[in-house]
Amino acid sequence: MQDSSNIASYTQNHSLDNKEIERYGRQLITPDIGVQGQMLLKAAKVLIVGAGGLGCPVALYLAAAGVGMLGIVDYDTVEIGNLHRQIGHRESSTGVPKCESLAAQIKELNSLVETKTFNTVFTSDTAIDIIKQFDIVVDASDNVATRYLVSDACVLTKKPLVSGSALKWEGQVTVYNYNNGPCYRCLFPVPPPAETVTRCSDGGVLGPIVGVIGSLQALETIKIINNNPQNGVLSGRLMIYDGLAAVFRTVRIRSKQASCQVCGDNPTITQLIDYTQFCRSNYSESAGKVEDRVEKEKILTVDQYNDILKSSTKHILLDVRPKNQFEICSLPNSFNIPIEDIDKEDSIEKINVWVKDDQLPVYLLCRRGNKSQDAVESICKKIDSKFHSQLKHIKDGLLGWAESIDPSFPIY
Amino acid sequence: MKVTVELSGGLELLFDKKKTHTLEFADKDEIPLRDLILYMRDNLLKERAELFVVDNTVRPGILVLINDADWELYDGIEYIVKNGDTIIFISTLHGG
Repeated sequence: MQDSSNIASYTQNHSLDNKEIERYGRQLITPDIGVQGQMLLKAAKVLIVGAGGLGCPVALYLAAAGVGMLGIVDYDTVEIGNLHRQIGHRESSTGVPKCESLAAQIKELNSLVETKTFNTVFTSDTAIDIIKQFDIVVDASDNVATRYLVSDACVLTKKPLVSGSALKWEGQVTVYNYNNGPCYRCLFPVPPPAETVTRCSDGGVLGPIVGVIGSLQALETIKIINNNPQNGVLSGRLMIYDGLAAVFRTVRIRSKQASCQVCGDNPTITQLIDYTQFCRSNYSESAGKVEDRVEKEKILTVDQYNDILKSSTKHILLDVRPKNQFEICSLPNSFNIPIEDIDKEDSIEKINVWVKDDQLPVYLLCRRGNKSQDAVESICKKIDSKFHSQLKHIKDGLLGWAESIDPSFPIY
Repeated sequence: MKVTVELSGGLELLFDKKKTHTLEFADKDEIPLRDLILYMRDNLLKERAELFVVDNTVRPGILVLINDADWELYDGIEYIVKNGDTIIFISTLHGG
């Protein structure tokens, strides 16, 4: 008679324990995942660049799925204005580094997942050393310079890159540098002119949009870890989501380009370059202080404008923000002509009445003092030069006003 | 001939905020894509042409698709647009 206590009552040829089987059950029984897939996920190391709107769903879904090691790079701290879309952070984490805040949420969600946080700007100096510690990279960043940096670094270290981006009501997702597919530079050999790039902080973005795109990135990552079941990985194709029209579209994009400067046949980029110089923009989506582009005589500081208000000097205050921003809050007695309408005939007509008939100075205002400079330049092209001296833009805009003059002015 | 032009990624803002435009060229059977782009710049674009065309081609950061496939899979700007083609211009997004 056998001693039943010595007999294994079941067999399993893997190292998933009962807790893991219970936790991942629904995933384990999904076709093309199975035990093998779960073991692959457990062994995988994924780096997420950016712990924002995209990085949060990516990190949470990959953690929930049981990816063994998640790396998170982000230099920023959690702000209350992040929370409508960055669902991996909490009110209580305001002021905490985003990578730490997200890592804490990962731990709460799935304590089996190991996290590595990099509370630093991802730069040419740090990128390779960080990426080398992982198998797959997810680009969840929010700026052009970082996107080129991450892509080049992935080519140089031979890592697949799951790339997502979003703005307003739209998102785009694709996989670069995978199975002989293209890299970011194959598609975009030349960076876009800085003035064509809209930041989320200027254009806006909805939570569910980054949620959808981040979820798709997490899914593509799971597929790559699972060795591309059914050859379905989104490489050589770009998925575009228009949330407003409720339309998904997947289009074929070019294959790896022989002429690509980094992944082509004769690469000229064999180590990381200075991407801030290459893109003429920072490794950050926050715009910071705006530089003066118009001549000194056309600049009014917020303090100077405050003095004008106090002295009750007659003037016109012309706010050039989009209408929906003007509606959030505006200075008393200001007019609104959005920048895109500023050089239209009826706008110029109005401005001519102010400067010519009423002989009033016109002060141009926007959120940061950037578009108001464009407005001065646009208007000057359309009105008689003898009235140019009556136009000034208010440096640092409403953010400067809130900072230096009226802290109660709502900022967004 | 009839051509459908679609704009996405914010490019529609330059074209009267309309994402889809149907263009008819009564006197033509085909039109080089290069000419179509310049036609769009000169006739459809409402503002800031430099945000769409630079050096007689689309500016960097715009993907052009011919019937849902990257124009690099065809002849790029040399492609000859035919009746019924859909040309899509997508501005790449960077936010997240």
